[in-house]
Amino acid sequence: MTKLLELIVAASLVNNFVFTRYLGLCIFMGVTRKMDTAVGMSITFTAVMVISSALSWVAYHFVMVPYHLEFLKILVFIVIVAGFVQAADTMMRKVAPGLYYKLGIYLALIVTNCIILAVPLINADSGYSFIESMVFGLGSGLGFALALIIMASIREKLELADVPKPFRGLPIAFILTGLIALAFVGFSGLITL
Amino acid sequence: MSTANDVSYTGLIKNGIFGENPVFRIALSLCPAVAVTNSLKNGLLMGIGVFFVQVLANVSVSAVRNFIHERIRLPAYILIIGMWVTAINLLLEAFAYSVYKQIGLYLELIVAFAIILSRAELFASKNKLIPSLFDGIGMGLGFLVALVSISFFRELLGSGSLFGVSVVASKPVLLFALPAGGFFAVGLLMGFFNWIDIRFFGGHGASGAGH
Repeated sequence: MTKLLELIVAASLVNNFVFTRYLGLCIFMGVTRKMDTAVGMSITFTAVMVISSALSWVAYHFVMVPYHLEFLKILVFIVIVAGFVQAADTMMRKVAPGLYYKLGIYLALIVTNCIILAVPLINADSGYSFIESMVFGLGSGLGFALALIIMASIREKLELADVPKPFRGLPIAFILTGLIALAFVGFSGLITL
Repeated sequence: MSTANDVSYTGLIKNGIFGENPVFRIALSLCPAVAVTNSLKNGLLMGIGVFFVQVLANVSVSAVRNFIHERIRLPAYILIIGMWVTAINLLLEAFAYSVYKQIGLYLELIVAFAIILSRAELFASKNKLIPSLFDGIGMGLGFLVALVSISFFRELLGSGSLFGVSVVASKPVLLFALPAGGFFAVGLLMGFFNWIDIRFFGGHGASGAGH
């Protein structure tokens, strides 16, 4: 149990995907302009992350390892994740059309988000068990949600700031991210797995 | 995105490096721009990896464009890209193992880079083989140039060296070698390119939407 708790803290804070592994920046920069898209994205993303870690664990340990197909893991994982995202997309369109119209384009873009593929790859390389894989997915999702929400709340304030013209938009967002990343350096060494 | 018939091949390459530079102008695939640019060697290798994947993916997508049904085109493109990424990964693991150890995860993730899929979708799926080849070369070179210039500054400022050879005697600005420094470097360089665009070319300086 403590191991799992440590895994969550490690994945969400110490090794936060955005701030220490620099993954998922495209979506991070894309959806953080408004708070409600950031929140919607966080929820979808965390759910997709947990479920796709579970699916890829099953595929990796019951199909790829017994048949020595580990070298195909990039291809297999991307198919699993893309297929699952497509399914989630269809379900969301039915179940929550309002949210779907807000996040539609980003849902399609989840497939080209590196984190969603990085989590199964890291799970496979570190040899996590089934439960550990899902918990790692959950922690990564929570960490990404935290990053999105911090960034969205700062960028909402930034709308009112007088930024020099060449730095408007993405450049200032990058510099902000750098500052937050500096703060996250403080978490390093909190837990060593 | 114009059809390629009215654009020269050199124009396509120039477009990739300057007009639609993947990192600084379209602002796609930003993760590697921050993640692997702490040393010139990593940045260069990553750039070369992306270059080959982009060129090969563009050419193969263009070659099979008439045989793929429109409905399933995106999964098909992803599979083509995934195949080339796997091939490049196995090659690099065999020939440059020490560097592969450091940036392996990011090399595997080339498959999820938005820029490669978006060029396949926007250009290669609509154009003939040769223009697609040159578009791939242009985009790949643009990416390479961006990564090399970011990592050049970061290694020079962060550890005072280039390719691991010390060139500056004074104490380095450690911040730029730190993870956070990558964000600063990208932000500052992007702002710099925007400034040039506004000051000398009368552009609006707005970077892409950033997906």
